Amino acid sequence: MTQLVPLQVVIPLLAAPICLLLRDRRYAYVFSLAVVWATFAVSVALLGQVLGSGPLSYAMGGWAPPFGIEYRVDTLNAFVLLIVAGIAAVVLPAGVGPGSRAAQDGREYIFYTAFLLCLAGLLGVTITGDAFNVFVFLEISSLASYVLVSLGDDRRAFVAAFSYLIVGTIGGTFILIGIGLAYQMTGTLNMEDLAARLPLVTDQRTTRVAFAFLTIGIAIKLAVFPLHQWLPNAYSQAPAVVSAFLSATGTKVAYYLLVRFVFTIFGAGFVFGALHLDAILMPLSIAAMFLGSIAAIYQTDLKRLLAYSSIAQVGYMTLGLSMASIDGLTGGIVHLFNHALMKGGLFLVVACVAERLHSTRLVDLRGLGRRMPITTAAFVIGGLGLIGVPGTAGFVSKWYLVLGALERDSILLAFLILLSSLLAVVYLWRIVELAYFQAPDADAAPIREASSSLIPACVLIAATLYFGIFTEWSAGVARSAAIWLMGGPV
Amino acid sequence: MIEQIPPGLPLILGCLLAPWLPRTLKSAYLLLLPLLTLAHIWSLPADHQLALSIFDGAYTLELVRVDKLALVFATIFSIAAFLSQLYALHLDDDAQHLSGNIYAGSAIAAVFAGDLITLFVYWEATAISSVFLVWARRNQRSYRAGLRYLVIQVGSGVLLLAGTILHFADTGSIAFDHLGLVSPATALILIAFGIKAAFPLLHNWLQDAYPEATVTGTVYLSSFTTKLAIYALARGFAGTEILVPIGAAMTAFPIFYAVIENDLRRVLAYSLNNQLGYMVVGIGIGTELALNGTAAHAFAHILYKGLLFMSIGAVLFRTGTANGSDLGGLYKSMPWTTGFCMIGAAAISAFPLFSGFISKSMILTAAEEEHRTLTYLVLLFASAGVFHHSGIKIPFFAFFGHDRGHRVEEAPLNMRFAMGGAALLCVGLGVFYEPLYAMLPFPADYTPYTTTHVVTTLQLLLFSALAFTLLMRSGIYPPELHSTNLDFDWTYRRAAPALVSWATIAISWLQSTLRSLLSRVGTAAQTGLSRLATPPGAIGEPWGTGTTSLCAALLLGIVLVFYYA
Repeated sequence: MTQLVPLQVVIPLLAAPICLLLRDRRYAYVFSLAVVWATFAVSVALLGQVLGSGPLSYAMGGWAPPFGIEYRVDTLNAFVLLIVAGIAAVVLPAGVGPGSRAAQDGREYIFYTAFLLCLAGLLGVTITGDAFNVFVFLEISSLASYVLVSLGDDRRAFVAAFSYLIVGTIGGTFILIGIGLAYQMTGTLNMEDLAARLPLVTDQRTTRVAFAFLTIGIAIKLAVFPLHQWLPNAYSQAPAVVSAFLSATGTKVAYYLLVRFVFTIFGAGFVFGALHLDAILMPLSIAAMFLGSIAAIYQTDLKRLLAYSSIAQVGYMTLGLSMASIDGLTGGIVHLFNHALMKGGLFLVVACVAERLHSTRLVDLRGLGRRMPITTAAFVIGGLGLIGVPGTAGFVSKWYLVLGALERDSILLAFLILLSSLLAVVYLWRIVELAYFQAPDADAAPIREASSSLIPACVLIAATLYFGIFTEWSAGVARSAAIWLMGGPV
Repeated sequence: MIEQIPPGLPLILGCLLAPWLPRTLKSAYLLLLPLLTLAHIWSLPADHQLALSIFDGAYTLELVRVDKLALVFATIFSIAAFLSQLYALHLDDDAQHLSGNIYAGSAIAAVFAGDLITLFVYWEATAISSVFLVWARRNQRSYRAGLRYLVIQVGSGVLLLAGTILHFADTGSIAFDHLGLVSPATALILIAFGIKAAFPLLHNWLQDAYPEATVTGTVYLSSFTTKLAIYALARGFAGTEILVPIGAAMTAFPIFYAVIENDLRRVLAYSLNNQLGYMVVGIGIGTELALNGTAAHAFAHILYKGLLFMSIGAVLFRTGTANGSDLGGLYKSMPWTTGFCMIGAAAISAFPLFSGFISKSMILTAAEEEHRTLTYLVLLFASAGVFHHSGIKIPFFAFFGHDRGHRVEEAPLNMRFAMGGAALLCVGLGVFYEPLYAMLPFPADYTPYTTTHVVTTLQLLLFSALAFTLLMRSGIYPPELHSTNLDFDWTYRRAAPALVSWATIAISWLQSTLRSLLSRVGTAAQTGLSRLATPPGAIGEPWGTGTTSLCAALLLGIVLVFYYA
């Protein structure tokens, strides 16, 4: 059943140009919906196989690795594939939304094409076992995501997309340089091969420089503080559906990439023992947790608020990685999953709000609790997850992170994690206060709940509650991935 | 089947149906829910457990653990939920009905929680649901009081969670059994419980928020939050020595505030605080008799304190004020309420044949048996004080004293029934105490009505009454005045903000000095730094592409230095 492996990427990749040819809004919608659902089904099947019978390998075009391109699926990337494909399957039914530039011009098919390309790129980055292939797919997904951002509601989206393009390209270039240097040292691009040969050359400066370029390049894509500056504008100017998709998948795939390079290619012993990555990453993560949340407190626009909160949440994930322990890594990986659900759900809620209010400014949210009760309730539940209230998915992540901190005997770190969670209470309370404790403007017209985005939003928000209690598929898989990454038995 | 449902949950979920029912059906339904809950609780098999495995089977949540301690608290919580609902039945405010029932249901479910995580969830649920009873008054004052209340209550939950995680890291267990004050983890948990139990200096949320809640909301509030904390203390910290002095201080100090306070609902809040002190002392002593006394006292206390809040609430409902200085002479217009209030007053003062007597004397006897003379004397003094402010002051200022000319109707029928029910139980428990004793966590072979007990109590009460009369006659007694009493919460409501503003001044001074210093170094550096320092600038607004690229290059340099080292 290894034939499924290439299909994971090939289906959306080939569907994208077909979608461009279809032109008609409804055909493109139905067609791309069928494609993402098929992709999702493939990812479910892959995870099932990997959990059942171990890693899968597929040689592209029959060229055996390490010479040809190998696609390789193990617990970790099967899990990330599932997240990316699953989020796409839930988000896409919401459609692009009437405010977007694509809809204004009657060219929605561009949105669906770019969406499928972006999906194919993200899945490709995740599934491939070839370092150069990573770069290729990363560029595919990035280029598609610049297009997606530029489809935003007004002209400011162009500026956001352009600066996103510049910064993203710098990140991509850094990654390419890193891969190039690694190739220079080892003469191979296959990840497994790299992992076998790199330990022989760790004392070489070129190897260390290669990893430095990779660190910074991935950190840009991941929006690690202070390289996060592209994110607030991109997420707040893009159509809300795009923000939902990108925030739930883009940074997550970058995080996967970092985990992949650190743990399975360069090796945790080298990265943390000799290079002291944790000494850099941990302070930056903590700074992100606090400064991201503090910035979110002062925002006046709902999308920007969520964008800054994303920066803080990325901080939690990288913090988990920098702990370099099973519990910490479990926390980071499970937060990848949980944050994808929460932030995806919250941005879809914003899509609902934007569809009816034609605004995402906080002042316009006054009295929203009475005007759009389901939407507002969904937002509050998603927000509780961001805070990490027990019973929501966010609690599970923070639980493992705090355990990881305590394992390092660092009460301070545990305290900082909890303290930064309190900042989330502050920025979310502002919205609760506006939505529930203030009356709507007197001339506000009665509005209905949103049409197409409401159900996807509710699905994701309900999932955050489900995975707050039943964690076999989130924390369970994340834990077995973390144990495997830390060199334990599978 | 029914054992598979955690008790309290039907109340929480069931009440969500209420807004969709027509008025009369809704009233009946809301009254039926607590009764069904009571039946549910008593139908649970003894030593029943219901576990849920989470985190991939790594941990087990014990959602339900039935034992006698849990049963006695759950029973009184259900009764209180019923009486409070009856008292609030005239309201046409779904928000209050919902929050009241969710609150009561969470408290009941919390009592059955067998592990700290489950406890935490319901602990926070009581905090969040109850704050709406304060906010339901819908004015600025109650909104602010509610917000303060919420912050402190949620803070208590956060401490509980922090303590739980540390405790788990220490012992690998999240079971909620006897913890004892043995580690920093359990100390955190004790503080969390202490906040909710209104320990001295942690108590101000109580006097702050309860009098600001709605007439019916205060009745709910008085029953659950603090008693849930008492239950948690009894479960986790029985026999912890430090609780004895804490409890003794709790019984004594609120008395002074209660005497000078004018708002009668605030007087009751202080006296609630004082009553909790007896229970905390009982937990601290930790003998079987003392713990029995604590449970029994909580049981009796919820009834008579609820009754007193109900009667003063009825006065507030009819006259629009609960200030001692604006009330008086109401016995003519509200004879029923007066009578019920007198019964509540007698019960809280522990008159023989009333419920307070048969429970409080257990704790006093326990203190005596353990030869804790000082504690015993403090409790005795506090008993006199209780009689003074709750037994005499409340009825006297509200219903007798100066007639302020209020000519109002008697309380609504549902309120009278609720008060009547509570009053009946207060007297009933005082006379037929055996059923209550049978419910207590340990076998109770205790006789409250001995000559010594009765005579001591009567002496105490009569002399306290004499003191009040003499002070009133001679005009020394603090008159009923409009006043604001400073309590410890001044420190965080006034002093801390002042401190913060001082700090702000100091910091801004420092900043400006720094700035002028830097201007000498160079304007370029200065502009860069001030842009960093102003909040909407560097942090709140993304930097340009150029800066980001520079940042990336800089970070690459730093990383390289690290990697070479």
